[in-house]
Parts: sequence; C-alpha cells; structure tokens
Amino acid sequence: MSDIAGTKPALRWVVHASVIFLVVLWVVPTLGLLISSFRTTDQIATSGWWRSLFPSEQNLTLRSAAPETQVLENGMYVIEGNLFDGGTKATISKWGISSRAVDAFAPGDTAELRKGGTITVESAGNYRMENPEEFTGSRGSRVFVTAELPPEFTLDNYHKVLLAEDSTDSMGRAFFNTLTVTIPATIIPILVAAFAAYALAWMDFPGRALLIAAVVGLLVVPLQLALIPLLKFHLNIGIGKGYLGVWMAHTGFGMPLAIYLLRNYMAGLPRDLIENARVDGATEFQIFTKLILPLSFPALASFAIFQFLWTWNDLLVAKVFLIDASGQTTVMTNRIVELLGTRGGNWEILATAAFVSIIVPLIVFFAMQKYLVRGLLAGSVK
Amino acid sequence: MHPAFQGLLTIAIGVSGCVGYFYLSNQFLDRVLFPPRGPNAGRNINRANMIRPWLFLFPALAALGLYLAYPVVETLRLSLTDRVPGGGYKWVGLDNYIQMAKEPKFWEAMRNNMFWLIIVPAMSTAFGLLVAQLTDRIRWGNLAKSLIFMPMAISFVGASVIWKLVYDTRPAEQDQIGMLNALYIFFGGTEPQTWLTIPFWNSFLLMVVLIWIQTGFAMVILSAALRGIPEETIEAAILDGANPFQIFFRIKVPQIKTTILVVWTTITITVLKVFDIVFAMTNGQWETQVLANYMYDKLFRANDWGVGSASAMVIMLLVAPILVWNVRNARKEME
Repeated sequence: MSDIAGTKPALRWVVHASVIFLVVLWVVPTLGLLISSFRTTDQIATSGWWRSLFPSEQNLTLRSAAPETQVLENGMYVIEGNLFDGGTKATISKWGISSRAVDAFAPGDTAELRKGGTITVESAGNYRMENPEEFTGSRGSRVFVTAELPPEFTLDNYHKVLLAEDSTDSMGRAFFNTLTVTIPATIIPILVAAFAAYALAWMDFPGRALLIAAVVGLLVVPLQLALIPLLKFHLNIGIGKGYLGVWMAHTGFGMPLAIYLLRNYMAGLPRDLIENARVDGATEFQIFTKLILPLSFPALASFAIFQFLWTWNDLLVAKVFLIDASGQTTVMTNRIVELLGTRGGNWEILATAAFVSIIVPLIVFFAMQKYLVRGLLAGSVK
Repeated sequence: MHPAFQGLLTIAIGVSGCVGYFYLSNQFLDRVLFPPRGPNAGRNINRANMIRPWLFLFPALAALGLYLAYPVVETLRLSLTDRVPGGGYKWVGLDNYIQMAKEPKFWEAMRNNMFWLIIVPAMSTAFGLLVAQLTDRIRWGNLAKSLIFMPMAISFVGASVIWKLVYDTRPAEQDQIGMLNALYIFFGGTEPQTWLTIPFWNSFLLMVVLIWIQTGFAMVILSAALRGIPEETIEAAILDGANPFQIFFRIKVPQIKTTILVVWTTITITVLKVFDIVFAMTNGQWETQVLANYMYDKLFRANDWGVGSASAMVIMLLVAPILVWNVRNARKEME
C-alpha cells in the first residue's frame, strides 16, 4: 500500500535500521547467556562475553613442567616444553617470573630464576630452562604471561550441570522432575476442558450464559489466592506436597483458559455439520469424539503449548504444592533460584543451568509458533 | 517408584479415567437411566438431554470451583481470622488489614506495584505497537517478529538470570562482565555501579525484564489488529496527502483502540501477579518489594496466614475492575 504511494527511500532506511536495532536489543541478552555457558570459569570472570568472539589479551599464571622431567644435555640440566597445554595457539606479548613484575620480559628474553638457572620463553609459549645444577622441588616454576588467546569454547559446563551425578550443581534430576510435572499437567486439563467446552458451545441448557461469564471472570483470578486454601485442602485429604498435588493444581489453574479457548473455537465450527450428525442419529458423545475433537485440533494445540510453557516455566505453584523439605522433587526453575543464592558469582554454572531450562520451551516455541500465535489471538478477551 | 514412571502412570490413569468417566456416564444415561425406547421414549430423550450437559461439565466445574472459586471465598475468610497456636482459628475482623497498613514494607510494595502497573503495560504496548508497525511492510518482518516474540517462551526465572548477567558488577579494577556496566564505563562512567542495589531505580531495572518478555505478546496481537484495518481508510488518507506519521496516529491507532485496551489490561493482570522476577533477582531487598512477593514472604517465611491472605485480597481487589469489565464485554459479545 505505502509502496504504491511511493515511500521515501530515506524513511525505508530508518525503518530497517530501527527494526535491526530493536531485534539486536531483544536478542543480545539471551545471546550473552548462551555464549557464557560455553566459556570457562576464568574466561567468564575476567572478560565480558562479547570479547569471547575475538582473540583476547589475558593475564595467565602458568607453570613449567616439574623438575622430574629434566634431562642432562652437555653438562646442563634442561627442562623444555610449551606453557600452553592442549595445543592452544596463543601469542605471548609480555612475561615475568614474579607476581610483582608480571610483564618484566619480552618474548625471547632470558630470566634468572630465583632458585638458580635461567628460563627463556618464546612468543608461542615454548620455554627452555637451563641450570648447571639439578633442578629441585616437586613442582615446576610459575610463569606469568600476558598473552593473546584465540576464542575458545568448551562443553565442560554442560557436562558438569547435566551429567555430574553427585554434584550439587546437577540439573539432571530437576530436568526429569520438571518433565514429570509438565506432561500430565498439560494433557489432563485438555481432556477435561474439551468436554466442558463442547457442552458450553453446542448444548442447550439453563445457566449456560452464566457459566461462560463465570469462566471469563475466573480467567483473571490471581492464583496467589489459591495457595493457602488449597495447600490446606491437600494436606487435609492426605496427598500433601507432591506430584499429584501439583498436577491437580495445574489442571485447576489452567482450566479457565482451556475452556475459554476451546469453547470459542468450537462455537465457530459450522452449525450444519453438527445438526446433520444429530439428524443422522449420532449421539452427543459420538459427535464430540468423532467430529469435534479432530476439527478442534488447532485450538487444542494452542492450549497445549500455553499450558506446556506455563507449567514448564512455573516457579510458584511448584514451590507451594510440590517441593518438600527433602528437596528430591525440585524443579529446574527452583534449582536456578537456589543457584542464584548459593553460586551468585559462578556464571558458568548459572548460565548453563538457565540455558538447559530454557532450551526445551524455545524448541517448542519455534516449532509450534503458528499455534501459539493463533491461541494468543483467540485467547485475549476481545 | 521412580517419578517419571509415576508420571506415565498418572497420565494413563488420568486420561483413561477421564475417557472412562465420560464414556461410562453417557452409557449409563442412555442405557440404564433414560433409555430412548419403550412407552416413555420421547420423555426419556428429553430428560437425558437435560442431564447430559452437566455430565460433560462436571469434572471441569469441579476443578474450577475447587481451585479458583472456593479459594477466593476461603482467602477472604482467612484474611479475617488469625491462627490460634495449637490449632483452630479465631475471628479478628479487620485486624490483619490494619496490621498490614502499619507495615512500611506493605506501602513500599504498593508504591512499587503502582509504578509496575503504569510502566510495564505502557512500555510493552508501546514497543509492541512500534515493532508491529515497523515490521508490517518489510520482507524480513516475520523473522524480526519471531525473535522479539522469543522471550515469551523463556521462564521468568530464566529471564532473571539473563538480565542479572546484564546487570552484573565487578570491582572497579577488573574488566566488567555485565553489559550495562561495560557500557556505562565505555560512555565515561567512572565507578562500576551495583545496579540492583540502587533504591528506587532498581525497580525499573526489574521492570525491564517483564517489558522484554511482554512486548512480544503485545506485538503479536497488535500486528494482527493492524492487518485487519480496512485498506480503504489508509488509501484515502494517502490520497489526501497524509504523511506516514499522520496515517499511523490519526488513522491506524484510533481503529485498533479496543485491541490496545485489551493488550493493556492483559499485561496489567500479568504485572499484578509478578512474583518470580522479584523473587529471583532481589527478593524484595533494596526497596524492590511488590505485592505478590510480599504475600509470599508473609505466607511462607513469616508464616502469617492472616496478613498473607489480606495482601492476596488486595491483589484480588486490584484485579476486580478488569474482571468485571471482561465479563461485561464477553456478555455483550454473546448477545
């Protein structure tokens, strides 16, 4: 439209530039967390994640090989090797052998060691220690270097967070607990709500309009109100804190949106279809299972995604109805909050743990975005 | 029993229980109670049709009643009572509310909530509208929308971690690893700031997290509304020589006014319930308390059910106007 009228090219540029700016603004925080989860503890603590994409200058404390590796060459005891292990391609710009003068020497210089002998360090990290007498001690000498290191990423954090069995940082168990909460809490409300939605959409009975209004009203009731009364109720009927309680709670809390979404969708199905089926002698139960359910698939999918995201991401309901003192039934969101408390500065653990919990909803989100959007459009009360 | 197995079993029991209930109760109605044959066939069919809706509705109504309607009444009752040590309750009238009104923390939460209520819906809606309009006509608009929509899928807790990294502070002599401090230093700031501990302003930094999440929601709805505007109105405006800004503010925005209102109120409700972000990032310290977190503190840390319920009722009271408005709109639509 605007194209027909001929938009000024300058304005188009501004539009593109502002959209790029906004997208970057929205994506960068998440990107920072993702990149951080692939960095080592040292890297995260010493430089911003945005530097990890480029070679960075770092101050490192390295150690030569232990004296036991020395060899006798022409009357001199010699230790040779490379300060960087694992084939890191670094370039040393300055080095030193004392923590008070970490940049005393340039690559190629030779320094006098305190315990006797000399050390020469080349820019690639190769060193040669020489001593007319035998090197002593059990550990190698410390070498302080200022080096430019290439970008380096690691999967260690994921290994630690996901697989370490006994580790206090482990998310493996919480991951399965979250899954255990989520799946029944997504499937059961759909089924219960679908029948009710059909009754509200296509059956005639006194009080129907009132019920629909009640559902709309309950849509916005804050679940905060439900915490104490229902915890009391769960304790009274003997299920206490546990999976059953949290499944029931999620079913109850998801019900208004489920009924609302499904009823709106079902009410929009063609009337002829249902009338014809009735004339042909189908029972209501048959109409529902054979006709309405398959036709309502888009609405069912929309709600399923909502409920899945909501139960997966939930913290409050799990804290109140599920997690007991033993901590065996903790969910990922709760683990992360605990980690924020105990490991506030350990970004490699936090970032990885957070990303493990984020990745599943993100996959669901990108795979089923169409249904999510459709559900949002139908679900916001117009 | 392993919880995963227990989960599978629950799905099986839950699903088959639901299907079984619906199937068997229908069978019972049609075969045993009111069979559609014999001398009373006609009357039986009518009776069965009167009962059937309630069979379909019963499980859902039970869940709604127990998990949402009953708690409203029960919380109201609890807010007017105090627990007596050793069991039982005693009626205390409005004492809990009076006690709450005397606490500075409550008023801090109220003040912060008011800021949240104004700023988050306004900014989310404004950004959402801006993105919806800007991406409307460009080729990679859908990709851009997808990326801005993405935070919707991220939990409040995950988002809190993401933004805590942005707000992170290191001692002045070290490299800053938080983006905000890095930018602050880059643009001439001298000392790195511990952003989340600066009273008053830190609340706004927490709001940023929710705005970041909710903008995508506003954008999706408003984008659909913008597409729904009749082309003729815009064509006419262009022919009359309106510039793009006039078209946007004078032609488009007035036509999607109701949708903007819907988005605004929906985000308002989310804001009232916001708990996870404050809980995870500051836990209400440094004057960032909000009502939902205040309530959680009272209920589960101070173990004071009376005042906790009273603060829950305050949240309910703030939601009530939107509830009434929604119900009235829904009824109008159905007529």
